[in-house]
Amino acid sequence: MEFKHPYLPVTKEIESEMLNSMGKKSLEDLFGNIPEDYRLKRDLDIPTSKTELEVARRVQELASKNKSADTGRVFLGAGAGIHYIPSVVPALATRSEFLTSYTSYQPEISQGMLQTLFEYQSMMAELLGIAVVNSSMYDMATGLAEAVLMAARVNKKRSRFLVPDTINPVHLQVINTFAEPAGITIEQVGHDQKSMLLDLADLRSKLDNQVAGVYVENPSYLGFIESQVDEMSRVVHDAGSLLVAGVDVLSLGILQPPGDYGSDIVVGEGQYLGSAVSYGGPYLGVFGCRDSMKLIRQLPGRLVGMTRTSNEPYERGFVLTLVPREQHIRREKATSNICSNQALVAVTAAVYTSTLGPEGFRHLGEIIAYRSHYAAKQLNKISGVTAPAFGASFWKEFVVRFEGGVSARMVHESLLKRDLHGGKILTEEYPEFGESMLLCVTELHSKTTIDELVEVVRNVVTNGGGTR
Amino acid sequence: MTRQRNPQDSKYRQADWNEPLLFEMSVSGKIAHRLPAVEDEVKSLVGSLDAIIPAAMRRKHSPNLPEISELQVVRHFTRLSQMNFSVSSGIYPLGSCTMKYNPLINEQAALNPGLAWLHPYQDVSTCQGALELMWELEQWLAELSGMDAVTLQPPAGAAGEFTGVMVIRAYHKHVMNEGDQRKEMLIPDAAHGTNPASAAMAGFKIVVLPSSSEGLVDLDALKAASGPQTAGLMLTNPNTIGVFEKDIGEIAGIVHDSGGLLYYDGANLNAIMGISRPGDMGFDVVHMNLHKTFSTPHGGGGPGSGAVGVKEKLTELLPVPRIVKAKDGRFDLNYNLPQSIGKVHGFYGNFGVLVRAYTYICALGREGLRRTSEIAVLNANYIAHHISQIQGFSLPYSPNTPRMHECVISAKNLAEETGVTAMHVAKRLLDLGVHSPTMYFPLIVPEALMIEPTESESKEDLDLLIGAFKQISNEAYSNPDIVKSAPHSTALRDLDEYRAAHPKTLTLSWKMHLKRTAK
Ligand SMILES: Cc1ncc(COP(=O)(O)O)c(C=O)c1O
Repeated sequence: MEFKHPYLPVTKEIESEMLNSMGKKSLEDLFGNIPEDYRLKRDLDIPTSKTELEVARRVQELASKNKSADTGRVFLGAGAGIHYIPSVVPALATRSEFLTSYTSYQPEISQGMLQTLFEYQSMMAELLGIAVVNSSMYDMATGLAEAVLMAARVNKKRSRFLVPDTINPVHLQVINTFAEPAGITIEQVGHDQKSMLLDLADLRSKLDNQVAGVYVENPSYLGFIESQVDEMSRVVHDAGSLLVAGVDVLSLGILQPPGDYGSDIVVGEGQYLGSAVSYGGPYLGVFGCRDSMKLIRQLPGRLVGMTRTSNEPYERGFVLTLVPREQHIRREKATSNICSNQALVAVTAAVYTSTLGPEGFRHLGEIIAYRSHYAAKQLNKISGVTAPAFGASFWKEFVVRFEGGVSARMVHESLLKRDLHGGKILTEEYPEFGESMLLCVTELHSKTTIDELVEVVRNVVTNGGGTR
Repeated sequence: MTRQRNPQDSKYRQADWNEPLLFEMSVSGKIAHRLPAVEDEVKSLVGSLDAIIPAAMRRKHSPNLPEISELQVVRHFTRLSQMNFSVSSGIYPLGSCTMKYNPLINEQAALNPGLAWLHPYQDVSTCQGALELMWELEQWLAELSGMDAVTLQPPAGAAGEFTGVMVIRAYHKHVMNEGDQRKEMLIPDAAHGTNPASAAMAGFKIVVLPSSSEGLVDLDALKAASGPQTAGLMLTNPNTIGVFEKDIGEIAGIVHDSGGLLYYDGANLNAIMGISRPGDMGFDVVHMNLHKTFSTPHGGGGPGSGAVGVKEKLTELLPVPRIVKAKDGRFDLNYNLPQSIGKVHGFYGNFGVLVRAYTYICALGREGLRRTSEIAVLNANYIAHHISQIQGFSLPYSPNTPRMHECVISAKNLAEETGVTAMHVAKRLLDLGVHSPTMYFPLIVPEALMIEPTESESKEDLDLLIGAFKQISNEAYSNPDIVKSAPHSTALRDLDEYRAAHPKTLTLSWKMHLKRTAK
């Protein structure tokens, strides 16, 4: 029997008609160039075709083996953010005309996508306090790796790059992957043991005319706010290096934007802006720089520019611009190999950001600050628990330390039993912190749920791990 | 120039809403969303924000973001979406990009809260379904490509290339101890720009291989270029002009004999699913663009996924973590691979894209995937045959060899005889309700128009495309100005790209616009 499928509009009868029209007898004639030796002479070892209903059932079966984090009971952050998504955001961002187009190579028929990406670039620029933002990188980790490469292109003769030793360890791993073949050495700058802030003396001692750039993470991976930014900016620029800032875009309703403290390149994770956590992807590398041609010419990624028609009466329009930086023109000399990016996630971020507006960003920043501090204060009341374990100030995430024979894993298991999920366990990666986890509190966590979390922790700690 | 709409032009066109920018719509005080208030007990325990956030780090000026109502947001983005061409609107034969139908069940699957709302650091006991999906997808992609292991971490094709060439680099360096010697990557002149760009990022020197007069790998040139300095060859098969490299066995032999590895750019995998496998052809590393062959939507430029498959001897070098399945059937993540190239993404790749590729493979199954490639090839040959018959168009390089999933048509004769170039043809196609093919790529074809219809297009739509080329040819030979001044019917035309890129007028954000107009 003929195999029919909804995705395949060519029937056997049409197939013959088409073959006839080109003077071919069978499909085989079209594959004649593939030598026998390289033909697969068996069926693929892949299950047979399923109907849509069967596919939907299979997806549901897989989904039901997971525990969804949409309950407001998961206290994980560490580079992926669980936040509320207003209903207009997915409804608009997944409209088919956005979803099923590709890069706007033909501006005459893609003004909607181009304008949306220009608005994305513009709104990110306002939030970050910087002039230029590209139309997306893959995620914050790869964005940061590209920032390191870019700093070394701008500062051509320099091949060292400094990062705080409190940096997100996964980001460090990713930048090492990219920096090593480029001949760039990544070096770590120490921190003050109590405040966790960057050790400025160590920074000064490591800075010289070989340092292409210095990274500041704000708030840091471990949650604390790096407040010495003005001093850092001065020291870094005095050495002729670039300041690269990695920020939490959602904090910028209340925290100082990186452009204000002189950052030359800025990166951030844009998933927080209206995209689900989605098990780690697709995310959005927010990537920007100062308004300087020296920097702009070295930017990786696509840029949408505003222009107008060539002739009067002028009409405003948008195009992809400065393309000679890119791989399809410059090949091995391109500023990056990036081609397909995360445009739809940028569209999502644009809808989210315009939905929240300035008032929403300020309010969200405040809610998160209140809730996370409430959680820390309540946890800290428990004897044998320190929260935050260190740091002068924090915003959304903080490290909590457990003492008295209670391991972070025990706390984690007890929380799981109560259908709660604690923060990322840090004990193995940071043995110097003792038994610890990185808790993340957002607008999704109600006071009631935070109280529940605190109760479970109290129980574990008080009973030395013996949970009831 | 005034607009004249040719009665023969398509009646379809993008909306032309003249939509202002959000910034121009903003009215102080309007909101489009409300967030819940913080509970009083929370506030009273915490106290003032000033006490918890250092004054020096507080934002001093509210960001200049638009203030508009919820319905305004809805209308704005609905209108902007309508100002676009898309696969859902019409035929999109953009060569090399595989603009096939993006099944809607895929979208529904990816939105399932049991998949979309998983945090990547959740305890593995709470995401067994996600790991099972990824593990199964890895198996299927390995089977399709003839590889032994697959990583799903690279977030796009180019990222897959970078991952793959880093694996090749690690192999020479750590497995063979020849890292200092094998510094050259061989890349055909017709290759996609990401190939040399990715190899350069991995620290390789690029050696460009000229194509033969048939548009294939020139075996003599390959022999001459290969040697103890060769790290590998990056190739796609079917190649960039859509022809199967019939000498692939010999090519692989030459590269392997010199000690190099073979890299397969899987952007063209749509031609050969269930028919031929890169692993059987001798390739050691492949990347697969899930946003091409496996139907995940292109999203206006992304996200995609560039899964990478490798042969057994390279599995230990893949990025961490690897998904592992224990004897009892439980899945876990393994970070303990000392020889791994490290990480190429913050987490495990574009999971939401993987879900879509998974449902696509489920829906088609082994018989559907094979049939997909058959029809993709049938459609491309139908196009190649009929368009190359039209006056002004030709099919350069091995004109009598069948094409696979795409073809590169040349408008050289048309340009010489009428002055109408490939660019003009592409722009005129927009008037006729068709997205333009890829233009001027590969460089080995003069006035190139690279057409990839995919299996999704019906014969009726292919005939529409062929009809559009016929009309353009007729116009070019009778009244070339119509074509040269195209497009006529699109929402906007004749945008000033020079102005867009000039340092004095370059405007990449509203902030830059305000600064530049204030002067
Ligand atoms: C042949 C070929 N190789 C590689 C790529 C790069 O893939 P991506 O855009 O996903 O990075 C593309 C697509 O753009 C391509 O057509």
